[in-house]
Amino acid sequence: MANLTLVQAINLALAQELEKDDRVLILGEDVGANGGVFRATEGLHERFGGDRVVDTPLAESGIIGTAIGLAMGGLRPVPEIQFEGFLGPAYDQLCTHAGRMRSRTRAGLTVPMTVRVPVGGGIHAPELHSDSPEAIYSHNPGIKVVMPSSPYDAKGLLISAIRDPDPVIFFEPKRIYRAFREEVPEDEYTVPIGKARVVREGGDMTMVSWGATVLQCMNAIEASGSDIELIDLRTINPLDMDTVATSVRKTGRAVIVHEAPMTCGVGAELSARIMEQCFLHLQAPVQRVTGFDTLMPYYKLELEYLPDAERIGKAIAETAAY
Amino acid sequence: MPVDCAFETTIERVSILDEHGVFDESMGEGLIPDADVVALYRHMTMCRHFDEIAFKLQRSGRMGTYPENRGQEATSLGAAYALEDSDWLVTCYRENAGLFWRGVDPEKILLHWMGDERGNHIPVKATPLAIPIGTQMLHAAGLAWASKYRGDGGIACTFFGDGATSEGDFHEAMNFSANLDLPVVFVCQNNSWAISVPTKIQCSAPTIAQRGLAYGMHSVQVDGNDLFAMVKVVRDAADRARTENRPTFIEAITYRLGDHTTADDARRYRDQAEVDAWKGRDPMIRLRNWLEHRDLWDENQEQAQRAENEATVSSIVKRAEGIEPPTTDDIFNWMYADTPPVLEAQRQSMRTSSLGQGITGA
Repeated sequence: MANLTLVQAINLALAQELEKDDRVLILGEDVGANGGVFRATEGLHERFGGDRVVDTPLAESGIIGTAIGLAMGGLRPVPEIQFEGFLGPAYDQLCTHAGRMRSRTRAGLTVPMTVRVPVGGGIHAPELHSDSPEAIYSHNPGIKVVMPSSPYDAKGLLISAIRDPDPVIFFEPKRIYRAFREEVPEDEYTVPIGKARVVREGGDMTMVSWGATVLQCMNAIEASGSDIELIDLRTINPLDMDTVATSVRKTGRAVIVHEAPMTCGVGAELSARIMEQCFLHLQAPVQRVTGFDTLMPYYKLELEYLPDAERIGKAIAETAAY
Repeated sequence: MPVDCAFETTIERVSILDEHGVFDESMGEGLIPDADVVALYRHMTMCRHFDEIAFKLQRSGRMGTYPENRGQEATSLGAAYALEDSDWLVTCYRENAGLFWRGVDPEKILLHWMGDERGNHIPVKATPLAIPIGTQMLHAAGLAWASKYRGDGGIACTFFGDGATSEGDFHEAMNFSANLDLPVVFVCQNNSWAISVPTKIQCSAPTIAQRGLAYGMHSVQVDGNDLFAMVKVVRDAADRARTENRPTFIEAITYRLGDHTTADDARRYRDQAEVDAWKGRDPMIRLRNWLEHRDLWDENQEQAQRAENEATVSSIVKRAEGIEPPTTDDIFNWMYADTPPVLEAQRQSMRTSSLGQGITGA
């Protein structure tokens, strides 16, 4: 076991998969000698060489488009997009090709590719370095969307993603890249894609979140003193509704917390599904604590925008009292 | 000298068999064995007949929108002939001749345009037809990269039109291929029109080939209706890719004799005189003249070939129209290697509930 931060766990997962499978290669901007702007690929270029860890031209669509070709050609590319705000230029390649190739060729060609993308706010970064676009990509069929909230899950989910036969967007919440350490096994292991984790069991209420806000939820739950079940979704697409619905049928109350804007956010989908699958068990309306339908504000106001323990605490109190 | 020439170059234009039947023996003699020229001509006539029948299938309501290939056959056919079966063909949607030569069953292409995904399952080294313009060249760069990475000697050849050279992905594919030393052959089929928009709106330089030079790769212009010239330039480009890992940009000058697709009417935007002039440069007619001039082909063989083409294409159409219909499960079956529970619920509810997937877990 090693006591690692989330970004160190990612680095370890990448190193182990590069070591294990010579079909795996990393490509992107500054992933080489520089080790990535967040140092997620630190030391990998030196250890595995320039053919396995490749600095590309500065073009996001080019990175994803060539990674699709690499994947169709039998490799397991792990492209990095430097910040989620720059994933937009690759949207076309992701959604019109990566997510469609298996189905339109009846599995003649497939795209086993893992797109690593730092995501979310809270680090006082420049504009377009703090967004949460997970709903946009979850709406596109054929692409799996994953977001870990702990070093242990980050390593196990990333290994699963790299070994997955289909394209995966692996969002890395940059706010918790180095926020805390956790014991992480040095041996390889996997955490399954499509399975949520019950972080904390409870009987009064269900709280669902993912990524950096899981930590805020934990803080709010502890402050509230209530017996709340906290579920970390871990995979946004496909949703593990069994875990969510089982919990809500037990508690009768649900609060969903995410950083992304409210309208058409993943919380809306969860809320609708809870209504469909747990209607007769509900004792209160499903509440959402989310970012607002505004731009992600520049960093002087970003902490006001992001769901924090205080806002989550209000939702807990209102839902409990309904 | 305060002002000097930083860089100077020329772009070669390659023509071997021109529209008047003039044949450049220094480049053309022995380039393609006579028996192969006969086979390539016969193949071209089959593709032309297939194209005519596909058009009629659409007009008679038996098939959806179809893009005619007429007039552009030599471009992809010459390339496919010059390449190895282990090289990737990364096409857009007007390369039937090259794909059929490679071994794609023509029935698959009809199936595709009949709205059936099974038409895209093609068990040769070719990607499925690419509908969004200019996005597939990046896949060619990645496929070539994978071959280079593994050292299997394969390369990728990608096809696109003049309009596609306006797309950002085209430029990214060129830049990646040149800077990362990827074995790619870019074949731009400059057919004068992107639906109704003429080439001058896409590129104001005298040649599109200059775009390749800007990325530091070898660029050449070629008569795309000249099968011999296409074979030569693609063979040269493939050698360069295989031996030096360097990409090549080929601007093949050709012309779309038909409408963009069956949903288009080109009379709205181009003169008939222009179309008539290009009919005189038809790649198939000049090849037939060359063969007849060398006593390799005659009218009897032509008649026999027509009969054979009719039988061949008729059988292709029968197979495409005779396939059992897809099942509704096919909508779900291929989305992921393992169908996730949320999708499985939708598949089940499609059969069992008018309310969609709700209620299922209540």
